[in-house]
Amino acid sequence: MRGHGPESDIVMSSRIRLARNLAEFPFIRKCTPKDRTAVATAVHRALDSLPLSADTEYVDVAKLGDLDRQFLMERQLISHELNESQGARAVILDPKERFSIMVNEEDHLRLQVMQSGLDLESAWKRMDQLDDQLESKLTYAFTKRLGYLTACPTNVGTGLRVSVMLHLPALVTTKQIDKVFRALNKINVAVRGLFGEGSQFMGDFYQISNQTTLGKSELGLVAKVQEVVPRLIEYERRARDFLVSESRQDLHDNVSRALGILCTAKKISSEETMHYLSKVRMGVNLGLIEDVKIPTVNKLFIHTQPAHLQKLCGRKLSVTDRNIERANYLQLHLSKRSENEKN
Amino acid sequence: MKCQHCEKPATFHITELTEPSGPTVLHLCEEHARTFLSADGTATPASALASLLAKQLKMEKVAEDLAISDKKTCPICGISFADFRKGGRLGCAYDYVAFEDELEPLLVNIHGALAHTGKVPTNQSGSPERQHRLMQLKSEMKEAITREDYETASRLRDKISSIESDDESSWTDDALDEDVDDEDEEDDTFQAEPPIV
Ligand SMILES: [Zn+2]
Ligand SMILES: [Zn+2]
Repeated sequence: MRGHGPESDIVMSSRIRLARNLAEFPFIRKCTPKDRTAVATAVHRALDSLPLSADTEYVDVAKLGDLDRQFLMERQLISHELNESQGARAVILDPKERFSIMVNEEDHLRLQVMQSGLDLESAWKRMDQLDDQLESKLTYAFTKRLGYLTACPTNVGTGLRVSVMLHLPALVTTKQIDKVFRALNKINVAVRGLFGEGSQFMGDFYQISNQTTLGKSELGLVAKVQEVVPRLIEYERRARDFLVSESRQDLHDNVSRALGILCTAKKISSEETMHYLSKVRMGVNLGLIEDVKIPTVNKLFIHTQPAHLQKLCGRKLSVTDRNIERANYLQLHLSKRSENEKN
Repeated sequence: MKCQHCEKPATFHITELTEPSGPTVLHLCEEHARTFLSADGTATPASALASLLAKQLKMEKVAEDLAISDKKTCPICGISFADFRKGGRLGCAYDYVAFEDELEPLLVNIHGALAHTGKVPTNQSGSPERQHRLMQLKSEMKEAITREDYETASRLRDKISSIESDDESSWTDDALDEDVDDEDEEDDTFQAEPPIV
């Protein structure tokens, strides 16, 4: 989410994950505490003997405090499941956050590779190499017929999930989003939208991913998601052009008000923040807001989340205090603009 | 509006467009929405999988058959098929063998396919059949030791160590297929090499 990479005005990030299990141990639901520790130890030991270990960090998640775990979750380096579960579990972190490997999540191993913008093929290439390295030291549960065996039958086969996070505010504003997704659903691609109360409130972000994992090759699954995304990008661009040509005034007013609220609010929730940041992001991409940069907006999406704010303040905060700190933080980082206006 | 999973107000409204029956809207509080959307945003919620299973099994099986399936248990991890239906998660890799008949229609339903065509690990000793065979031999060896039949025990021990050391052969003829496949692949690559002009 650093705001670069191909098509980064619409594509936030590309993400690939693999589910893997070690052959010698039962799946997580039947792991004893001893098994969980043994899985973590086996993975840690394997990592230590790989070149990979030179520039990664093995983090014992069970030993982390609530805030640190939530922080990793907000950065999407660990999942909710890994954050909440009990017992031995870990995450292997790349300092540049290009990948992470969760240990003892729903499966023994969950590898994920992240990339800014739309670049699934290179993400898969890196994933493939990461998987090869681990596999040279670990024995995965695998059969020729069903492929990699997973705790949930929805992941069996490749264990692969390819997903692309898109920012589609114009399709939402022009009320075309449902129509577009209904058409997509026919080709077996899952779309997940995140809405807020009443209308769209959660930033108009949508995630496109493959629905099946068995019966197609990894590159076949990558291609399937890859081929849908350009169409969505095109629809979104058309909707943006339409908005600019048909109702430029309204749009300009709308995104400017959003920025105004973010710059002046004294208390603001994370949902409200996302909602207005989403509008500002569209305003910047359409050239209607000139003195805010996309990387700043992307950073604000992440840094205004609860654990990030508390880390920045260096202490635990109540919801009310967080809303106040969030408002302060937004003001501080968007204030350059207000100064420019005054001048 | 209240969250579908608890008493808190629903502030997230998530549209799932993956159901064959059309879009479904979920109303969730922040916490439950995070659970739902975290991970890679694809975790089929266990409840959805369970209901899919229930629906499908009802269609294809009469109550009596279902009761029989439900009682099947995995000899390695001990979960029953009913346990799996409840939680949506399997207990070990051998469940794919133990519940093969039950899982097959489910896999077709989810993936529209029954055969893996993707990546293959270099180290293929992680087959659940192999794990199962090893477990069997180990318990037979224990029994032999208990009844002081040391000759059998030592024969079994050799067998175990031969399986454990030799990753690809000696326990199933699967390994033979493997070798043939590998040769085929090598030939293909060789032929695909463009001639240097
Ligand atoms: Zn709830
Ligand atoms: Zn089992």
